Amino acid sequence: MFSTIYILWLRQIKRYLRSKSRIIGSLGQPILFLVALGFGFGPMYSASGQGNFIEFLAPGIIAMSIIFTAMYSGMEVIWDKQFGFLKETLVAPVSRFNIMLGRTLGGASVAMFQGILVLIISTFFGFQILSFSGLLLGFLFMFLIAVFFTALGTAIASVLEDMQGFQLIMSFLVMPIFFLSGALFPIEGINRTLYYIIRINPLTYGVDGLRQSLISEGYFSLGLDLVVLAILAIITLILGAKLFSKIQI
Amino acid sequence: MKKSDYIIEVKNLRKKFKENMAVADISFKVKTGEVFAFLGPNGAGKSTTIKILTTLLKPTEGSVHLNGFNVLKDKAKARKSFGIVFQDQSLDIDLTAYENMYFHATLYKIPKADRLEKIKKLMEMVDLWEKRKQIVKKFSGGMKRRLEIARGLLHHPEILFLDEPTLGLDPQTRQHIWQYIMNLNKSEALTIFFSTHYLDEVEKIADKVAIIDQGKIIDIGTVKEIKERNQTLTLEEAFIKLTGKNMRQEEGDNLAVVKQYLRKR
Repeated sequence: MFSTIYILWLRQIKRYLRSKSRIIGSLGQPILFLVALGFGFGPMYSASGQGNFIEFLAPGIIAMSIIFTAMYSGMEVIWDKQFGFLKETLVAPVSRFNIMLGRTLGGASVAMFQGILVLIISTFFGFQILSFSGLLLGFLFMFLIAVFFTALGTAIASVLEDMQGFQLIMSFLVMPIFFLSGALFPIEGINRTLYYIIRINPLTYGVDGLRQSLISEGYFSLGLDLVVLAILAIITLILGAKLFSKIQI
Repeated sequence: MKKSDYIIEVKNLRKKFKENMAVADISFKVKTGEVFAFLGPNGAGKSTTIKILTTLLKPTEGSVHLNGFNVLKDKAKARKSFGIVFQDQSLDIDLTAYENMYFHATLYKIPKADRLEKIKKLMEMVDLWEKRKQIVKKFSGGMKRRLEIARGLLHHPEILFLDEPTLGLDPQTRQHIWQYIMNLNKSEALTIFFSTHYLDEVEKIADKVAIIDQGKIIDIGTVKEIKERNQTLTLEEAFIKLTGKNMRQEEGDNLAVVKQYLRKR
């Protein structure tokens, strides 16, 4: 069981590390957000007495880079379907749940690594991590966000046949999830309808948990963030495994 | 349990996609060590049948036994019994040749201690050991095919499925590939189940041939028997006599899907 999960995990890691353009390219957007929003809205945010905007923004941007990379794993499922490699794994005498789990953990590790890179870059923009224990807790949240969204991407890709359809769903899903998660603005005092939408968004708990871990500021309790995200990650993993096991090529 | 003399047993197999009956009640048996050619025009149901035989598709009705194992009930055991070279390329082109082999060895639970030796032996057999550290993306079509054959044999299967293994390859490479395969058939009594459009290849190597059209097997026997029954000099003539002269619709393969995607961008 573990060897199957490990080899599929390793494959994702090797493919990622060999694609230098992917690593560098996917840092562009988070840097742009940090520069444009961090420095653009920073003075306004400070003037309203809320403190340092980079401190507030960085956890959201870290979460953004994680979900974008994690969802990309779904694209890889479609790619493997179309270019035949998925067949090689599907005819192997191993359980499809293990295949899905290995792929998901691989994709999640890559997404988390991408998040760590953005975290390091954020420090150059003035972001400060309060404690080492907070950093470790932050890693846990980064991992849970990565697992949830990688499993979600895999689940969606399992029922789709073409990359166009996947990209379309991604743009309809990822952008609203990101913008309506409290990643870019505080939840306090927000419009009631928007507030309920933000409350049902899984990423809200990820961003809030990351913020609490790294800078000790948040809206919900840390326990709630952790429990909601962990439960959702498990449910999505099970759903993803179920849909993945039904793939017929 | 005494195993049957037949390593592949297909009984009343049907596969329906919505209103389209892709495979319509076919039955056949393949003996252990036999070289069995599965022929048919495009869209005849060849690839669908191979996908069912190799557990990638569930049949609508009927049963398939590989090496005595029911492909629906004893999936894992049936899967261990065969190796496959797919019609479309199925390697990870971003990994090296060795990594592709190692990946397969791990999935098929080949003991760690034996992996290197087995991989080396098979990669030497297909003349790729020297290229083991190269990324597969840089391989030619023939090299990729050879690597896929080596990979398909790594877990020592009893049956090797080959879905148009020499498609798009030059005559020299085709000859080499068949040489490897036939050597294995002779030395290890490996059962070969293959589909191809190169009927001259079939005449040279197949022990038995089944011709499928519109989801039904329309003739089955040795090359000699088929030629005699249809009163033709070559297998190709018999094939055309049985399946007609009309051109068939190409099946929507993966490459077509990707081309369509790229065109739309």
